[in-house]
Amino acid sequence: MHDDCYRIGSFEFRSRLFVGTGKYATHDLMRDAVAASEAEVVTVAVRRDVLAADGAARPDNIIDHLDLRRITVLPNTAGCFTAEDAVRSARLSRELLEGLGNAGARWVKLEVLADRKTLLPEPIGTLAATEKLVALGFEVLVYTNDDPILAKRLKDAGAVSVMPAGAPIGSGMGILNRNSIALCLEYLKDGDPSYPVIVDAGVGTASDVTVAMELGADGVLLNTGIAGARDPVRMARAMAHAIQAGRLAFHAGRIAAKRYATASSPIEGVIARTT
Amino acid sequence: MSTIHANINGLDRELPSGLTMSALLDQLALAPVRVAVEVNRELLPRRDFSETTIRDGDRIEIVTFVGGG
Repeated sequence: MHDDCYRIGSFEFRSRLFVGTGKYATHDLMRDAVAASEAEVVTVAVRRDVLAADGAARPDNIIDHLDLRRITVLPNTAGCFTAEDAVRSARLSRELLEGLGNAGARWVKLEVLADRKTLLPEPIGTLAATEKLVALGFEVLVYTNDDPILAKRLKDAGAVSVMPAGAPIGSGMGILNRNSIALCLEYLKDGDPSYPVIVDAGVGTASDVTVAMELGADGVLLNTGIAGARDPVRMARAMAHAIQAGRLAFHAGRIAAKRYATASSPIEGVIARTT
Repeated sequence: MSTIHANINGLDRELPSGLTMSALLDQLALAPVRVAVEVNRELLPRRDFSETTIRDGDRIEIVTFVGGG
């Protein structure tokens, strides 16, 4: 069950779940979890190739375990701590994906990180790298913190999607500040309701995905929440359902939360004496 | 045969002078379509591999995709 297609830059998708390919014990498990998630977009990272000694067996390449006809690869710039390094990483990934004939050559998930302890985004470098990559013709999906003001600046700089973090990468704490994510959505979609906003990072379990979707996010990007689960394939299925549940609830329009009870059964005609 | 030194993925390597990028990748048993290459922090497009000669002191990065989030 899917609702309508949506667009990110020049791309169009049905699935609203983006999944990472890191931290899996085996490529087979990764492939099975990606299939169970029904994701159409998977993220990968760029790293130095292993220079095996002549004649030695080369390690498996992840590219051989992805169905590149069906999947759009979204390369990230993870591990970059400066705008310059993020731009280098993006250009290398574009070259790789052009060679592989994958549409993901057009875009990049930009991460410019501040420090290894929190892996929180470095806001000034993130904005500078967004400007540079847009100028180089990339469709930029930019990972940022849940600051609505910065989110708007990144959109104004030309990002095709802003991706606020629910919580630090890999932390599994879920959506720590619903109000901030709601403000990001409000600021980014003001006068532009179809502007895509993807909540990226921090998801621990399915309900976190549902919360993000209920707030009005267009999608969720996660990796560790599936890859680190005891049964990644089952969790991938749960995440796919969570996307649908949250999206439906968002469209259905939730009731307002209030402090006191409101009876669901009529008061009139009750046989007991009421107080 | 004269040799040069180049840094490849952080490791110093002695290479024959006049070696092209195509020949280096061949020597390393790397399929050109599976890698992207930077020389001295500048992207080297795949179409230029066969005409690019590695020079003494070059810093070369040869990258591929790995799992990531």
